[in-house]
Amino acid sequence: MIEFIKHSKIYFIIAAIITIACIFFLLYFGLNLGVDFTGGSILRFEYVADRPSIEEISAKVNQAGIASFSYKDLGEKGVIIKTKDITEDQRKSLYETFYNDSNIDKDTLNFDKIGSAVGNETKHKSIIAIIIALAAIIIYIAIAFNKVSRPVKSWKYGIVTMVILAHDIILPLGVLALLGKFASREFSIPTLTALFTILGYSVNNTIVVFDRVRENLIKKSGEFKDIVDVSINQSVSRCINTSLTTLFPLIAIYVWGGESLKDFSLVLILGILAGTYSALLLAGPILTKWHALSRKR
Amino acid sequence: MHTRIYKLLSLLVIVVIIALAIFIYPKYFNNLIKSINPNFLGFPEKEFRLGLDLQGGAELLYQADLTGIKTEDVGAAMDGLRAVIEKRIDIFGVREPEIKIMGDNRVSVQLAGIKDPNEAVKEIGRTPYLVFMEPKENYEEILEINQKALEEQNYDKMQDPFTPTDLTGRYLKKAQLNFNPQTSEPVVSLEFNDEGSKLFEELTKKNLQKPLAIFIDDELISAPIVQDVIVGGSAQITGKFTDKEAKELATNLNSGALPVPITLISQKSVGATLGIESVKASMIAGAIGLIAIIIFMIIYYRASGFLASLALLFYGVLILSIFKIIPVTMTLAGIGGFVLSIGMAVDANILIFSRVKEELREDKEISSAIKSGFSRAWPSIRDGNLTTLLVALILFNFGTSFVKGFATTLMIGVVISMFSAIIITRILMLAMTQTRFGKIKRIWR
Repeated sequence: MIEFIKHSKIYFIIAAIITIACIFFLLYFGLNLGVDFTGGSILRFEYVADRPSIEEISAKVNQAGIASFSYKDLGEKGVIIKTKDITEDQRKSLYETFYNDSNIDKDTLNFDKIGSAVGNETKHKSIIAIIIALAAIIIYIAIAFNKVSRPVKSWKYGIVTMVILAHDIILPLGVLALLGKFASREFSIPTLTALFTILGYSVNNTIVVFDRVRENLIKKSGEFKDIVDVSINQSVSRCINTSLTTLFPLIAIYVWGGESLKDFSLVLILGILAGTYSALLLAGPILTKWHALSRKR
Repeated sequence: MHTRIYKLLSLLVIVVIIALAIFIYPKYFNNLIKSINPNFLGFPEKEFRLGLDLQGGAELLYQADLTGIKTEDVGAAMDGLRAVIEKRIDIFGVREPEIKIMGDNRVSVQLAGIKDPNEAVKEIGRTPYLVFMEPKENYEEILEINQKALEEQNYDKMQDPFTPTDLTGRYLKKAQLNFNPQTSEPVVSLEFNDEGSKLFEELTKKNLQKPLAIFIDDELISAPIVQDVIVGGSAQITGKFTDKEAKELATNLNSGALPVPITLISQKSVGATLGIESVKASMIAGAIGLIAIIIFMIIYYRASGFLASLALLFYGVLILSIFKIIPVTMTLAGIGGFVLSIGMAVDANILIFSRVKEELREDKEISSAIKSGFSRAWPSIRDGNLTTLLVALILFNFGTSFVKGFATTLMIGVVISMFSAIIITRILMLAMTQTRFGKIKRIWR
């Protein structure tokens, strides 16, 4: 049996450093919101042969009546052009300019234009969805822990579950902020979807460990911290294995699954890693510390 | 239960896996049986329904300007708008175009497979917006001001002397090209429906001896002076048309004048290549993930792991068949949800096997260890799947198509995976304990 509680200080310090760093990234860099949320347009395509110079491509965009835009190479022959919100006329001429260019492989031409009103709405809707999801999860936790329990009150399990949830979400958010700043990766609807999925996954992992604790409190006698230790030990293989089997396909998507699902799978991978760490090494130890502190008083 | 029933059921599971696999990818099987006897019927070769992002195409989002439409008429106006757009894009011959009303005042148009969305935008946009306008109260005054402004070349001062009325293209029953018998100039005659006729009658009554302007797409076509109250709802547009222009106008009006003005607010278009590459890449990723899981499960859980892998294959072919039958539109997000659900599908098995291992450690018989392992793992399985379902449900109601596609496949995946992980694995395990493998405790630990 591994004595998890004995080393809880180390787990706390590691988690605290990572979490504080991620919060810092998040506050300092912010999220690099994509066109889904800000409005604007993205044009993506590949040239049949060699890619012309940036100047040539810029001139074409300017021809379409668009002065400011951002440009990025995509692979060998590809190009990504991003603009702020543009008018219908600009949209038309931008698209036509490149659609009618015979050097471009039309089958690779992708174009997104999202009005800023729609972007704002998506932002608004996302915030509402986050609030609803959090409310639903709080209600779910309240139901899951509604039985009276000794020696730790059941609402404390709920609070710790929420703390763990925050920990699991902050890691991918911090990494996203970092990637947004230095790799100009954008926070998009797929990344948001992945974050939502982590919500469910994190809570579930923590509940499994806590269920063991409560089960063992009834069955076994001994000090609270020993019972927590036993429970964590019983959950280790289960927690790691379920995470592994979920990580296998996600890592496969990240590596082989193409550009569009990269951020989506990355966020899920990070969330599941954070979730496994916290369910095994944070949830039980935090609860034990809290119990010890409240008994001292 | 009778001991043989599990063996029979297991056999059935394997037969179902093979049958569904053929249903999903019938090509080789059909070729095979056709080569034996060409008269044999093969499996139907039904394709997966692919979303826009996978087969290429365009999605256009229009916002309707509903000012001047009474709240109770909004629904009808939007339905009319939808119908008109549908007619308009018919000429593109798009297979199953999807035109949906989103919220109160938006219409989303999904055109799979088209290459140049600008053409579609043009086609939808070309539909003329017809409106009758009446002179403002100070019509004469404005005309004088405009005249003066024109002389002074001070165009900013010019004002629109007309104000829109309720009579628009949505009340139009028919438009037709005619020729004036005297001058043989082309005219477009309009026929209104009952409601439109009433409106027209009121308008002509109100504006007797005054001009009534006909605007198409915000352009003044003509402003004839009303000579009489017109009952019966027919009107004529005369203007300086060529024959061709008049004919086009009539056809366009017929194929549907937009009941309300619209603006394009979002557009997505996806080239076919990216889609095909994404499907291939995700399929390869899914297969690699699946194989990795199977190897892991067999190494770690041995016999149980092998049976769970069978159950996982059952899950995979069943869910793909369901996607095909319903049919669920497969998007990239949907594939993401599906691949994720493969990983989650074995979670339940892992929970069960951990419990079974514990029971075996307490020296229980294999079959009773399996049975109590299943029942003791159930609460955790239920809770875990409930949280995922809960989040998926919230996501589904959140709206955007990416999120919906993901939530749909994830929800279907969670439900089906509970069935395969619990019921199918249980059948397979109990059947295997009845063979001589059941005596070898080593392979179950």
